[in-house]
Amino acid sequence: MIQIPTIDWGVLMPTIIVFVTGIIGLLVEMFRPKQNNNLIVGLSLAGLAAAFVLLLGQLGAEPTTTIANMVFRDQLAVLLQLVMLGATALCFLFSEGYLRQRRIAFGEFYPLALWSLGGAMIMVGTQNLLMLFVGLEVLSIALYCLSGMARGDQRSEESALKYFLLGAFASAFLLYGIAFIYGASGTLDLEGFKIALYATDSTFVMAVFAIALMLVGLGFKAALVPFHQWTPDVYQGAPTNVTAFMSIISKVAAMGALIRVLTAADALQNFWFPALTGIAIATMTIGNLVALVQKDVKRALGYSSVAHAGYLLVGILAHLKMPVEIPLASVVFYFVTYTAMTIGAFAMISITAKDGKEGTRTQDLNGMWRKAPYAAGVLFICLISLIGVPPTGGFFGKLAIFNDALAAGLPVLAITLAVNSVISTFYYWQIAKAAFVDDEPALQTDFAHLNPGLKLTGAICVIGVVGIAFMATPLINAGSTAGRDTMSVIQLEPDVQDTPAIAAPMPTEVNQEVR
Amino acid sequence: MFALGSIGVLIRKNPVIVFMCIELMLNAVNLSFLAFAAYPNSHVQANNAFESAMAGQAMVIVVMAIAAAEVAVGLGIIMAIFRYRNNVDVDDMNTMRG
Repeated sequence: MIQIPTIDWGVLMPTIIVFVTGIIGLLVEMFRPKQNNNLIVGLSLAGLAAAFVLLLGQLGAEPTTTIANMVFRDQLAVLLQLVMLGATALCFLFSEGYLRQRRIAFGEFYPLALWSLGGAMIMVGTQNLLMLFVGLEVLSIALYCLSGMARGDQRSEESALKYFLLGAFASAFLLYGIAFIYGASGTLDLEGFKIALYATDSTFVMAVFAIALMLVGLGFKAALVPFHQWTPDVYQGAPTNVTAFMSIISKVAAMGALIRVLTAADALQNFWFPALTGIAIATMTIGNLVALVQKDVKRALGYSSVAHAGYLLVGILAHLKMPVEIPLASVVFYFVTYTAMTIGAFAMISITAKDGKEGTRTQDLNGMWRKAPYAAGVLFICLISLIGVPPTGGFFGKLAIFNDALAAGLPVLAITLAVNSVISTFYYWQIAKAAFVDDEPALQTDFAHLNPGLKLTGAICVIGVVGIAFMATPLINAGSTAGRDTMSVIQLEPDVQDTPAIAAPMPTEVNQEVR
Repeated sequence: MFALGSIGVLIRKNPVIVFMCIELMLNAVNLSFLAFAAYPNSHVQANNAFESAMAGQAMVIVVMAIAAAEVAVGLGIIMAIFRYRNNVDVDDMNTMRG
């Protein structure tokens, strides 16, 4: 009755490496407590690099499942995991200097962040709701600890409590949704759920209820609008490197899980599609409008990340509307640019932390241009990419999503996206103005010294933001199979695309090929 | 139970009580998992009815384990705040606005 499942270690290896690196990092921290953390940083980066290389080798591989359908690997999972690994490495690069300046140089940051990343990798790489829930909790519990890492800083502790209470509340909703999916279909497997939905409509009401509850839970993690209330507080209160980390990891993981769940539930599209369209519009608009009045840079960027979640949701909806014609390429592309520009912006803001204090009000950036021209320059490039000014990756990402939305016949979403890009110009401009134009000596704070890690992060982000425009073709090719081969069981014609050779060096082509 | 728990989360002010209400919600979920596992529905073929029932029961165990982990972290955070300001009322958690 029970067989031992076969295990494909190659699929599991990147995740295992991430977890084991975390454990080793913690042991190092334990045995060398008075030393500095450079060894841990080095180890973590090495582990991330190893996992990254292994995953690169799996790009374009056939979709496969292992350990009794618990782990699922397809192009989408591999791409999202690559994005998250890269984002974590970028965060680690600038974390050490920042944590020392804040006087919270706990070596535990790195293992916790690695485990959180491991949870997120589980979450995007599964079709099983049990695994999805476990991954989500591994991701979140580590993040609760991380956001409260600045012990003695009232705002950090407060943000940890808020994040924790609301996060636990939201995961209870997600869990209740899973319970109803189980009740409706008798299985925890999303493919089984899909089959059950097509087979009969007797459990229809239950399934609709289940999807609504799961939307609450995942929408919370991805910071979609009715469930976004925690975002600005937590982004503002948490240490800046943690903010950068969670703005990427938590969002990518939640969006990945959302794509999987909604793909499985496409028999119910009549119910969730209008709801999600409304959520996408509200997310973009409210995120940008509220950001206009913010006086705190991290808070404004928090609302900006809410708005970007809305843009991503537009891309995802376009894909779900026409799963075969419109691949998830532009969403994946946007994730990559979003990672580069967001981490770049947060990393540069982190230089306001010096000697245990940190000022994140907008005017704390005054005079940045004179005192730290390098950081100000990087910040500027990241900001114009966040706005979506043409030569940067942010523009091409938005353009691709805009085109997808039009192609899928969602003009309202496309227009909202365009209008919101214009609105968002104003508050990004405020931040840039504070850094470049305003120069009131009375308000000026000293900036921390730029350490090599921070410089490297900035350089990579700028290269990412600008260079991605030239790498659009290979990335979009890589993404074009993503999402198409998920759920191949039900698909009418099981077309397995030719695997694009994107592991090869990226050719620098002209950038007219976004669409 | 689930509704009761969520009402509790919304109206109570002490984070420990709020947290207890969240636990109540999780227990409601566990109960419904067990109920669904005990009464398999019509989609489940006879040959995998055992697997189906096991999935629900395994889920309950996992949920309980994770809830325990959440308690550990949550009470740690509440303790840290209490030591800092001797008061954990959630209405006082308003140092950040906007």
